[in-house]
Amino acid sequence: MKKAYIKHVAYCLPEQVVTNEAIVQDFPEWSVEKITEKVGVKQRHVAAADETATDLAERAANKLIEENGIDRASIDFVILCTQSPDYFLPTSACLLQERLGLREDIGAFDFNLGCSGFVYGLAIAKGLITSGVAENVLLLTSETYNKYLHPKDKGNRTIFGDAASAALISIDGFAEVCDFALGTNGKGAKNLIVKSGASRLREKQNDVSFDKNGNPVSSDHLYMNGAQIYVFTQRNVPKVVNEVLEKNGLGKEDIDLFVLHQANQYMLDFLRKKMGIPEERFFMFMENVGNTVSSSIPICLVEAHKENRLKGNVLLCGFGVGYSWGAVVLKIN
Amino acid sequence: MKKAYIKHVAYYLPERIVTNEDIVKLFSEKAVEKISENVGIQQRHLTAPGETASDLAVKAANNLFEESGIDRESIDFVVLCTQCADYFMPSTACVLQNRLGLRKDIGAFDIDLGCSGYVYGLAIAKGLIMGGLATNVLLLTADNVTRYLHPQDKGNHMLFGDAATATVISTEGSAEIMDFVLGTDGSGANNLIVKSGASRMPERQDDLTFDKNGSPVSSDHMYMNGAQIFVFTQRIVPKLVKDVLAKNNLNQEDINLFVFHQANRFMLDFLRKKLGVPEDRFCIYLENVGNTASNTIPISLVEAKKENRVNGKVMLCGFGVGYSWAGVVLNVE
Amino acid sequence: MELNDFISKFANLFEETDPATITADTVYSQLEEWDSVMVLLLVSMVDEEYGVIVDVEEMSETETVNDLFEYVKSLR
Repeated sequence: MKKAYIKHVAYCLPEQVVTNEAIVQDFPEWSVEKITEKVGVKQRHVAAADETATDLAERAANKLIEENGIDRASIDFVILCTQSPDYFLPTSACLLQERLGLREDIGAFDFNLGCSGFVYGLAIAKGLITSGVAENVLLLTSETYNKYLHPKDKGNRTIFGDAASAALISIDGFAEVCDFALGTNGKGAKNLIVKSGASRLREKQNDVSFDKNGNPVSSDHLYMNGAQIYVFTQRNVPKVVNEVLEKNGLGKEDIDLFVLHQANQYMLDFLRKKMGIPEERFFMFMENVGNTVSSSIPICLVEAHKENRLKGNVLLCGFGVGYSWGAVVLKIN
Repeated sequence: MKKAYIKHVAYYLPERIVTNEDIVKLFSEKAVEKISENVGIQQRHLTAPGETASDLAVKAANNLFEESGIDRESIDFVVLCTQCADYFMPSTACVLQNRLGLRKDIGAFDIDLGCSGYVYGLAIAKGLIMGGLATNVLLLTADNVTRYLHPQDKGNHMLFGDAATATVISTEGSAEIMDFVLGTDGSGANNLIVKSGASRMPERQDDLTFDKNGSPVSSDHMYMNGAQIFVFTQRIVPKLVKDVLAKNNLNQEDINLFVFHQANRFMLDFLRKKLGVPEDRFCIYLENVGNTASNTIPISLVEAKKENRVNGKVMLCGFGVGYSWAGVVLNVE
Repeated sequence: MELNDFISKFANLFEETDPATITADTVYSQLEEWDSVMVLLLVSMVDEEYGVIVDVEEMSETETVNDLFEYVKSLR
């Protein structure tokens, strides 16, 4: 049976940078230090008004192709993970096939997942390679959550950054994609949601209200019940990490680096301690980019590679909106 | 090596039926007659106000479980193909995991494709099975593209219907899924599109005009350039059929039944003649349901099976919005 | 490929328009019966009879039946 490998990874950030200093100007009751301490983010990149997730994905893909001298004609499948597509129809991956100058005789589609999306994308790509449908899958993740945020939503404005990543999954490469553990619980859908704008509630609701902490609650914007999400991760992340270790016949001590979705510093510190992982085997990279949703794990892979920390067994774990979660082990050559 | 099979297919149509007589009441009789003669559709089913594509998917899946006796607990992956998702986020497949009472240790995501979506869904499901990621994939297709139509768009109102289907793809079954050919050409994106409402143009444009035939053209509704789509299928479908045959080492006469996306009668007759396929080996099923986007191929499979026509080698071909196209052969016991 | 033969095949696509009224100089898009369905019938006739696939945008730049004939001829 063919094996699937990650061959190259790259990412791109939109040009516009929003610092904590800039955010504090909108929320004078907060201090720069408080934000940095609480969420572990000093700045985040935010897409321009006319810049969509598809635009960012195109840039990330071109960066990947140029940095690594990849032949565009060798790519035989494009998958875009996004919750911010250009259109209801057609699918943005089709637009990217043309904009990236890829072949016509290749598959392309978008799939809709958030923080678990990169791990699921690896699962889809591995399946396409194993079953002989493709040999060089371009897996793109791209998100512009800032466009879904209410301007007064200070909590989420400090957390989320926009970004895109591109990875080439192939029949050879530096990291073998081993076995997965995946999970879904739609009961949690309401805890991280944009209620209006698509098919369920088509029209804008214009129903913004403010909760007791002064945070906006609106059907037309991203709503996150932080406490519920926190409980969800505590319950599911340690469990899925154990499951994926078992599936791969490994123990916690066999993992050289844990790369979790970079939700926020507080949550990651808690999970690391709960699972008893030493800091040097736990990757953190969000100070300058924020929580970039489906791009957080591939961004970490690029940064960990720069620091020469990708070796042995690397465990990836994504979790969030859906609820949806997934974990996989990479074996680094 | 593991193989992937279609185990069971079921579908659901919404209750509301709109006949050509109903449409005549809205538009001139002459125009309706001329279109209906060419598209070969007498009636279509439409969702009720407040009913979404995911509501139809729930009913299709429940039909499948009841008809086939397949245990819900055995489902270990859900893939929903739709261009009418409930929300921008979370993924509608996550919501369906909960509504269908499926296990939580399973994967779930939406893919965003139209008329080619079912064949792509089979490719993804086959990959998940061969990659060892799942053993029983629930592939759902659900669309109510009629929600995107302008009320005065008589051509597309004549053509499109709403529906949902459910298929279980498994490590065993009666129809083995053989080799695929896939294709994408984003340069055709503008010929079948809903321009506003998602990330590229978030706001309604209210820019309705009428073309020289009196058909509405609006960024806020679905636009289809019928002539361009027709030329696209002329160019792509015969080549797709040839490539699928070559990939599977088969000749055209080895195929017992061709099941194409049921775009419209005129186009199907044209393609059948151009390919030289006899009528008894070519499936047509749209008179009572219309063009139901990603649902047409699985609906045709159910109906052809009732007529005992699904035997030996069966070729499926989907093509449309994107542009995106895909073909595969089923080997039926 | 011959002009009179093309004109007669083109005229046959119409149901209500008298074929005798269609000549090489007819501005076909001005015909009462001309609509989006006619475009599809034309595109399929051209493929079936002449074995070529038109480019819809290029074709829409033609005005008279003769222009159309010359365009189709140029594709062969």
